[in-house]
Amino acid sequence: MGSKDETCFAISIIIIIIGLIFIAIVRVIYVVYRTSKPLRPKSPKPLSTLIVLGSGGHTAEMINVLSALQKDRFMPRFYVAAATDNMSLQKARVLEDLLADTNGGKVVSAKFMQIYRSREVGQSYITSIGTTLIAIAHALWLMIKIRPKVILCNGPGTCIPLCVIAFLFKVVGIRWSSVFYVESIARVKRLSLSGLLLYKLCIADQFYVQWPQLQRKYPRAIYVGCLICRYFSFG
Amino acid sequence: MSHRLPLCRVDRETHKAWLCQRLICEYNLCIKKMGEIEDSENRRMVFVTVGTTLFDALVRAVDTKEFKQELFRKGYTHLLIQMGRGFYTPTKSEAEDGSVAVDYFTFSSSIADHLRSASLVISHAGSGSIFETLRLGKPLIVVVNEDLMDNHQSELAEELAERKHLYCARPRTLHRTIADMDLASLLPYPAGDATPVAKLINRFLGFPDD
Repeated sequence: MGSKDETCFAISIIIIIIGLIFIAIVRVIYVVYRTSKPLRPKSPKPLSTLIVLGSGGHTAEMINVLSALQKDRFMPRFYVAAATDNMSLQKARVLEDLLADTNGGKVVSAKFMQIYRSREVGQSYITSIGTTLIAIAHALWLMIKIRPKVILCNGPGTCIPLCVIAFLFKVVGIRWSSVFYVESIARVKRLSLSGLLLYKLCIADQFYVQWPQLQRKYPRAIYVGCLICRYFSFG
Repeated sequence: MSHRLPLCRVDRETHKAWLCQRLICEYNLCIKKMGEIEDSENRRMVFVTVGTTLFDALVRAVDTKEFKQELFRKGYTHLLIQMGRGFYTPTKSEAEDGSVAVDYFTFSSSIADHLRSASLVISHAGSGSIFETLRLGKPLIVVVNEDLMDNHQSELAEELAERKHLYCARPRTLHRTIADMDLASLLPYPAGDATPVAKLINRFLGFPDD
């Protein structure tokens, strides 16, 4: 008698697990399908935006993109840079100050945050496992706090944990973040590792490249030409 | 009284002194400007930069006799080397007959100033260096670091060289590039435009076009 109950119990558990896995797979397929479909809001509202900054050229290119966007559509803005990157947040602050000036002194809320890096250049792969876990936990914490509707990134490794978590949020239903990835102007024939991951895993809603060769090689990418109009040099 | 210019209220002696001062000031400025023009007429500086990298092969290559001779033959007077994290230090020298003056430093907070005052820029293949120089409209030779492992940087340098915006060279053949180059044949790099991307992002999110 007892073993029959146990078998019934075990079978029902297995059925439930298979059911959940099935639902999860269907949900993931649906999310991948919906990703890259434009949004159709009835009345567009300002969208909270997460901007991932990287060292040197990455931030310079991102600032060029931000300068072309209407600031009242992308707010509040959250800037994230790696903990060891000192210049990028400074540059973002300068941009936001400029915006406050042209806005007639009205300060639009912008927050500047640092995130732990998964791996520093030259770090041993063994310690990298630990630091990657810390980085993922930190990224999760930031994403839960911010839950952005828009994510702008252009290449630094710091964007990977954030974008993967954004994808998981889509699957689980916590927040639908539109991920826009702009591959660097320095990438002519091959994508960067971050770009490759976001492209292959279909995590980016829109994937922009600045050279036509890349668009031919990666058909789902969109060629947008050279973005650098002003090179923001701070020294 | 109130309609009088302030100058009229100054007594004669002070007024003379003030005018004198002003003249001297303007005279000094003039001399300085003349000196600068004279300098810039005679001074043609080649600026070599490796950014924040370690690129001893390039610093060595520009410190060779044959390279400096090629520079001199092409009419350059000064060679300024930004050597970054490199270990090899070039030898400083004053301008002598038949050779260029050589100076170097490791890092600077104002690379842009050096770029602006250069007549020719020789740079590592970093995209930041490349675009900053092209933006300033300076002739540029990009030297690819063959010791780097994953050299995606060379893709950008080669693509821009193909489009005739700059010259691409290797450290060992740099002096030949100098000898063979025709800077007048380089095409200026057109300014980029971020508005197409902004439009696409806005459209995707459902914002109306402006």
